[in-house]
Amino acid sequence: MAESAFRYIAKKRRPKEDRRFIAGAARYVADVALPGMLHVALVASPYPFARIRGIDARAALGLPGVRAVVTGADLVAATDAMMSGLDAPKLRRYPLAHQLARYVGEWVAAVVAESRAVAEDAAELVEVDYQPLMPVIDPEAAIKPEAPIVHPDHGSNVLFRKKWVWGPVAEDFAASDHRLAFRARWHRSSTVPIETFGVVAAWDHARQLLDIWASIQMPKYPDQLARALRLPGNAVRVHFDVDVGGSYGVKRGLKHSILAGFIARQLGVPVRLLEDRLENMRGGDAQGPDRIFDIEVAFSKEGIIRALKIRALDDCGAHAGRAPLQLGKPVGAICGPYRVNSVEYEAISVTTNKTPQEAVRGFGQSPTNFALETMMDRVAAHLGLDRIALRRANLIAKDQFPYTIPSGSTYDSGDYHTVLEKALNAADLPALLRQRDGARAAGKLAGIGIACCLEPSGGNSAFEPLFNPKNETTTWMEACSIKIDLYGAVVVSMNTSSSGQGHETLAATVVGEVLERDPETVRVVRADSLSALPSNSPVGSRMAIMLGGAAAGAAKKLKESILAIAAKKLGAPVSELVYQNGDVALRQDPAKKISWDAIAEIAHRKFHELPEGMEPGLQATHVLEVPTGGTLPAADGRVQMYPCYAFETHIVYAEIDRITGQVSLGRYVVGHDCGTMINPDIVHGMTYGGIAHGIGAALYERFRYDDTGQLVSGTFMDYLIPSAHEVPNVEIVDHCTPSPLTAFGQKGSGEAGYLGAPAAISGAVNDALSPLGLKLAELPMTPGLLGDLIATADSKHK
Amino acid sequence: MSRHEISLTVNGRTYRATVPARLTLVDFLREELRLTGTHAGCEHGVCGACSILLDGRAVRSCLMFAVQADGATITTVEGLAPEPGTLSVLQDCFWELHALQCGFCTPGMLIAAQSLLAKSLAPSEQEIRDAIGGNLCRCTGYKQIVEAIQLAAARLSGRNVPANNHG
Repeated sequence: MAESAFRYIAKKRRPKEDRRFIAGAARYVADVALPGMLHVALVASPYPFARIRGIDARAALGLPGVRAVVTGADLVAATDAMMSGLDAPKLRRYPLAHQLARYVGEWVAAVVAESRAVAEDAAELVEVDYQPLMPVIDPEAAIKPEAPIVHPDHGSNVLFRKKWVWGPVAEDFAASDHRLAFRARWHRSSTVPIETFGVVAAWDHARQLLDIWASIQMPKYPDQLARALRLPGNAVRVHFDVDVGGSYGVKRGLKHSILAGFIARQLGVPVRLLEDRLENMRGGDAQGPDRIFDIEVAFSKEGIIRALKIRALDDCGAHAGRAPLQLGKPVGAICGPYRVNSVEYEAISVTTNKTPQEAVRGFGQSPTNFALETMMDRVAAHLGLDRIALRRANLIAKDQFPYTIPSGSTYDSGDYHTVLEKALNAADLPALLRQRDGARAAGKLAGIGIACCLEPSGGNSAFEPLFNPKNETTTWMEACSIKIDLYGAVVVSMNTSSSGQGHETLAATVVGEVLERDPETVRVVRADSLSALPSNSPVGSRMAIMLGGAAAGAAKKLKESILAIAAKKLGAPVSELVYQNGDVALRQDPAKKISWDAIAEIAHRKFHELPEGMEPGLQATHVLEVPTGGTLPAADGRVQMYPCYAFETHIVYAEIDRITGQVSLGRYVVGHDCGTMINPDIVHGMTYGGIAHGIGAALYERFRYDDTGQLVSGTFMDYLIPSAHEVPNVEIVDHCTPSPLTAFGQKGSGEAGYLGAPAAISGAVNDALSPLGLKLAELPMTPGLLGDLIATADSKHK
Repeated sequence: MSRHEISLTVNGRTYRATVPARLTLVDFLREELRLTGTHAGCEHGVCGACSILLDGRAVRSCLMFAVQADGATITTVEGLAPEPGTLSVLQDCFWELHALQCGFCTPGMLIAAQSLLAKSLAPSEQEIRDAIGGNLCRCTGYKQIVEAIQLAAARLSGRNVPANNHG
């Protein structure tokens, strides 16, 4: 579908929701204040691994204004353990540590008081008697037989381990001219939103109802919260009209919410739990993938990749959660945008005495893309071939789509070569090469990075059954409902909260497009979890596809109703009618027509004028199954992981300061194809932001633990988030290859930029280091790391 | 805990209050005055989400105690518009160019930009980046923010810039 075919879609339009944010009138969870509300402060473990022998809260409870001190024993008695993504029932996890504290910062007790300040004062008075135990911090040490066991009941630090072989890997390796092996290390970072997680809980005894306002981005959050609190789902009402101050995957906060819900119910008083920054960084259970890749690749002397072996060892921290599943999503794009005949993939998830992981933008795909693109650069260097030519030779060609990779996922559409060429042209590669070579001639370390990466989108949760056969999830639906009122005003209802993705604009634009009504006039509201239709929240770059598709589906149903009402009124079959701007006219006699307003009035007042069998009113709902969903993984693990595949090519110029090791980025161009963009400003914004986030992961951000298990980067003074100084003026070059699977040809885009930036920047740094004979496959490439490497190499040269 | 009487002007209105010595200015604005447009992001002076204009300068309200603001004149994001229900030129440019996503850092960004534009209506890109360099944004990669401030500078200086030409 050509973009010009649209009236509102793909046009520059002001996002609907922006106004409340620039007016300072948004409502975040910290802005929710209920009468009599109490506040929670947390007592955190100072040890990475310790037995809790006793908790003495008497002094804390003696402080005026303190209302309660809650411990793990209280929660074990009254709540159910949080679910993990694995079939591992002995991995028990509660919001507060019970008997064992498993990482520095783990919450051991919660103090409830009349103000946050008093709660914090009292938290300092809680005496916990710890017996320190020997921790295990390194993931490779954790799988050795002598390692301390983080979860003794589980009996092993290995939470998940499986090897899949898709295609004739051994034969392909044997038959190839060349083989190469290397290790790539993606250290622990995360999305670290500027808003920490927060939750307000209020128990209404008269209604037997728990109200929740939370900074949430989590599928099945209301269900899991109710289940853990041993309440029926219809006794928990999650308010989705809370603005979420950034998430990018991590705002799950289930443990916070169970704790707050438990306290609110126990005390019968509203309670607020807001993480402070340190609680967020070390105790919020929201760190990201921490992964070691061991890669072997087999290829011809011309550089054609034939087969891959990938072993990915991931340190998910002290509790499993959904973290192991972040090894699962990359199965759906395991060979990136390249034609590869066979793949072996071994995924190993281990537990250590570090803060648990949460879902991070791309759900494991960005580390995998970094490993794959490092591989492409190494193959090119090995053969003495040009990096770009090597990619051209291996990219899937436009006429090969739909294209099925060895792990069973079919890529819907793409034109990778064209996107690459457009990006190269925009970047003016010859000029960049001249700049690099000129800088090198002047004694500088300069390099150019290139990455070609996929963004799987659509959020089909097929990694759940892949990693846990007892979990037979084959749908990850999204819903939308629309009503047109008596006077013709349109209200669209969506079923989740948002964290900056512009869903109100998305839904209004799509509905406006189908109904030919100005999206400005469309109101978008959010149901609460009791009034909501089934939804899975904005994860996995899915909302353009899923909310967009559900909104389009509901709007099309409404359009059918409108045409049916008009047909009866005008006395003509629908086939003889023309729908225009919501009004309906006879094709042969356009003067005979009925207006949008009149149709709305008929629907709401004049049952006698409605077609037989039609319900009064004018409303429709649509619950959309994920395109390509509905199938369990095959026995060999082959699976359609996600439906749609966006593509991005990054080209970036970098210079490294020889003395400080600081990388500065220059020209940065990204070619991006995510099909039809519903709102280009929103897509571009998320792409720029994803690149900034990727710059952080590539160069600065790391949750660093010392050998004793202490987190040493728990503030913004040492966990460094890129500012406007570190992020260059990125240029996006758009391309549109529509998806054949979606309502308007759209694909997902919420993870764009982040999926390729770390790979591209790593490539640029390596290109800059190459004259020194250095190569590095470890992120983040911090100034300290690079400075030391360069100093060592320089001293050897002298 | 000692308590102190303070008097200050916020968004043109004078407030008198008695505050504990340890109450931060951001908590005072948010919890006592219910001006929740100012946000607490890191509470250690790095992220800039709590930025306000204090006697015309952009400062971090998490790094000050309320008692230190006695006698001060403060503008928060709620006070940027010329009158209730309207938007300033700067705010409108943020909307037009979608210079935000989740909106959490936005009030601080607007304050930093407002402080810059009070000094110069022809800032270079580098000057804009310097002005917002102490305000962290996790959503936008800063590009649309820089462009919105450039557009606002052009509009405020009377240069004739048509709407929607930055798409």
